[in-house]
Amino acid sequence: MPRAFELKINGASRQVETDPRRSLLSVLRDDLDLTGSKYGCGEGECGACTVLLDGRAARSCQVAVEAAAGREITTIEGLAKDSKLHPVQQAFLEAGAMQCGYCTPGMVLAVVALLGQKPKPDEAEVARALQGNLCRCGTYPRILAAVRLAAGIAEERKR
Amino acid sequence: MNERLPAGFDLEPERYELQEAPFLDLELARRDFFKAAGGGLIVLLFLPAAAAAQEAGGGRRGRGFGGRMPAEIGAWLHIGEDGAVTSFTGKVEVGQGSRTSLAQAVAEELRVPADSVRMVMGDTALVPFDGGTAGSQTTPAMVPQLRRAAAAARELLIDLAAREWKEDRGLLEAAGGKVIHSRTGQAVDYGKLTRGRKLVEAVGAGAALTPASAWKVCGQPVPRAGGVDLVTGRHRYASDQRLPGMLYGKVLRPPAFGASLVSLDAKEAEAIEGVMLARDGGFAGVAAPSEREAERALAALKAEWKTSPQTAAKDLFEILKQGPGEGRDREGRPEQERGSIEEGLAAADFRLESAYTVAYIAHAPLEHRAALAEWKDGALTVWTGTQRPFGVRGELARALGVPEERVRVIVPDTGSGYGGKHTGEAAVEAARIARAAGKPVKVVWTREEEFTWAYFRPAGLIEVRSGVKKDGAITAWEFRNYNSGASAIRPLYDIPNLKVEFRPSRSPLRQGSYRALAATANHFARESHLDELARQAGIDPLELRRRNLKDPRLLAVLAAAAERFGWGRARAAGRGFGIAAGFEKGSYVAYCAEVAAAAATGKPAPEVKVERLVTAFECGAILNPDNLRNQVEGAVIMGLGGALFEAIEFEDGRILNPRFSEYRVPRFGDVPVLDTVLLDRKDLPSAGAGETPIVGVAPAIANAIFDAIGLRLRSMPLLKSRG
Ligand code: FES
Ligand code: FES
Repeated sequence: MPRAFELKINGASRQVETDPRRSLLSVLRDDLDLTGSKYGCGEGECGACTVLLDGRAARSCQVAVEAAAGREITTIEGLAKDSKLHPVQQAFLEAGAMQCGYCTPGMVLAVVALLGQKPKPDEAEVARALQGNLCRCGTYPRILAAVRLAAGIAEERKR
Repeated sequence: MNERLPAGFDLEPERYELQEAPFLDLELARRDFFKAAGGGLIVLLFLPAAAAAQEAGGGRRGRGFGGRMPAEIGAWLHIGEDGAVTSFTGKVEVGQGSRTSLAQAVAEELRVPADSVRMVMGDTALVPFDGGTAGSQTTPAMVPQLRRAAAAARELLIDLAAREWKEDRGLLEAAGGKVIHSRTGQAVDYGKLTRGRKLVEAVGAGAALTPASAWKVCGQPVPRAGGVDLVTGRHRYASDQRLPGMLYGKVLRPPAFGASLVSLDAKEAEAIEGVMLARDGGFAGVAAPSEREAERALAALKAEWKTSPQTAAKDLFEILKQGPGEGRDREGRPEQERGSIEEGLAAADFRLESAYTVAYIAHAPLEHRAALAEWKDGALTVWTGTQRPFGVRGELARALGVPEERVRVIVPDTGSGYGGKHTGEAAVEAARIARAAGKPVKVVWTREEEFTWAYFRPAGLIEVRSGVKKDGAITAWEFRNYNSGASAIRPLYDIPNLKVEFRPSRSPLRQGSYRALAATANHFARESHLDELARQAGIDPLELRRRNLKDPRLLAVLAAAAERFGWGRARAAGRGFGIAAGFEKGSYVAYCAEVAAAAATGKPAPEVKVERLVTAFECGAILNPDNLRNQVEGAVIMGLGGALFEAIEFEDGRILNPRFSEYRVPRFGDVPVLDTVLLDRKDLPSAGAGETPIVGVAPAIANAIFDAIGLRLRSMPLLKSRG
């Protein structure tokens, strides 16, 4: 049975009436037209649907809308403030960390979450944090470079 | 545009300078173009007749610009009355950076910054006909066309200024979006020159292009066009499109390949409120106001299927060896033959025979096949992600029985393709369901559908027989590829006795293009086999290649990779080095890999970690070094998947691993230290680069594994045993 929910998305309150077990991803995309969160697998394996829930990275395809109600939801659309890009978005642009860009919103949010927990992650920590985010175009080295840029850390010495 | 205007030639109201007579009603086209683009200056680039015929598949069928443009037009560009530059091409952006590099090409010749050029791509109502974004053709074919059109536009703008100022055009030059007088410094904007005009210029192949040594915009690491829309999530891919009143479509899939629909009971599904059913022969689909309702309706369809026996995976390579089946040529035709294999083998000091296999793999683009279809007054518009907008337009026209002129395909920049989006399955499905539903319908394939109902890179079996002398000279080379394809099947090595052939087979799974096609399989077999020969003859694998090579470009990438890698230095215990080289589609690549490997007890496949991969790549003059590096690294990383662990598993016509949890693709932690050396050959034309860097990743790693632990792996993926 559909129920009414209040979702706090990107600082604004949004009302939706829906089946409580529907995924947050489909509510974001289909009901609220926030299509920056992407569908890549629907089984929690690719990270294309990554959003922030209370500042932590979450796979919105695996989160029921009822579980998201009452929490702070940040989607890629809410990251830039006053038309100023978030530093992580800026870093992705500077590092050219994309090809088709389909993984990019999820990657950006996963990096925002990572840097929120760990402002200066080392290479292994970045790899671990992003292991669940697929980039089929293979831009991982550039994403790593973007993380370094955003975190203001120099490149580790390569052997 | 080689000839200049005679003095006093009247430019107004328009001028047609044709080097080849096109069959185009220019007056009609003119109206259409200006209607689409507004006033100003339009340059149409005509292809040489042969190229045009090829593009159009030999006829006039493939017309662009909504069916009103002849196949002879390769590209067009428009300079608006405000000076805005818009360029139109049938190529699409699928992540390979074409939107950026094409804009650079136009900008270079027009002497404007790259970000001031807008590219309109992949909309069949606006762009010239194009055979598709495939085969690394965007750079070698479309870049020169757009440059010619832009160079012609620049010259025409100079003519306009010369006429206005009554000056010798030799004193004028174009720079920064203006025509400037070199003596007086007087300058005029392009927009000012085109204001109030409707000029059409038709040009052939003659316009002179700026040489690479003088490039200012090309050759620069121009950032990706539209990057801000990607990092903010604003860009709408096909799967993000929506229209008012749109329904969500789902397609009924057979339980296995080769199954046919016997009967369908849709009563229950149709009873769900808002659900529409679409049936057309063996096709059945549903549409509903939400994805979830569409899923429910799909689940409520009661279908009866007739299945037929399908190939068992264990028989795959046997079956591929049997050839194409009844009535088809079983022998295949040699791709290349010279000398005598038997004599070459007799002259050898060492002889070797081995067989290599490659598995079916999936493209698995992160954006699924998706399409939104809308019918209006019998005309169809479809937004979809594809590498072949005109091909899909044809598919739609045929499947739905409408003329191509009534079909418009719009391709938003797409969430990648890798050769996997040449077809329009989702487009046809959405159009069918939309017609039945009488409303716009969006179909987005699930990951499972994507893994099952798309097509695969062909599996293949490759048999090689060869001989080598003690000094490393290869005397015989017999190479036969079953099923996977003939791309890059011919070696660049100088071998006196040679027979190379491809034999098509009846593939049990649906197969098609994949980044670099069979070049990857053929390089895997060839470069692995060379390593085996080197080991037999006791010669360093790099040295063996050098001894049998004359091609200076291949030698140059080999030398560059070996130098960067430090080929020949000592290895630590459990470490191995491997080398491989290749050539395809006009570009050259060489790799050196370092792996850490250990034989795993009780398992046929060893434990392997790729530690470092050096890639040296050369594709002529580099258009955009940053984008090129991105492409090379991306292809190498994608290649790691096919080399190490990607394989489609199947049984009884079913795909057994249709999910990312079961089909492993490269992830962050799989990426070794990558070292990419780009060789810039300003003296050579630019070739495409999206494909070739993938071809030799697997043999470089396989050779390194052998070097580390003496185990020769002859199947891709290397780390999956074939049981
Ligand atoms: S769509 Fe949610 S993890 Fe892939
Ligand atoms: S850029 Fe294409 S999937 Fe990451």
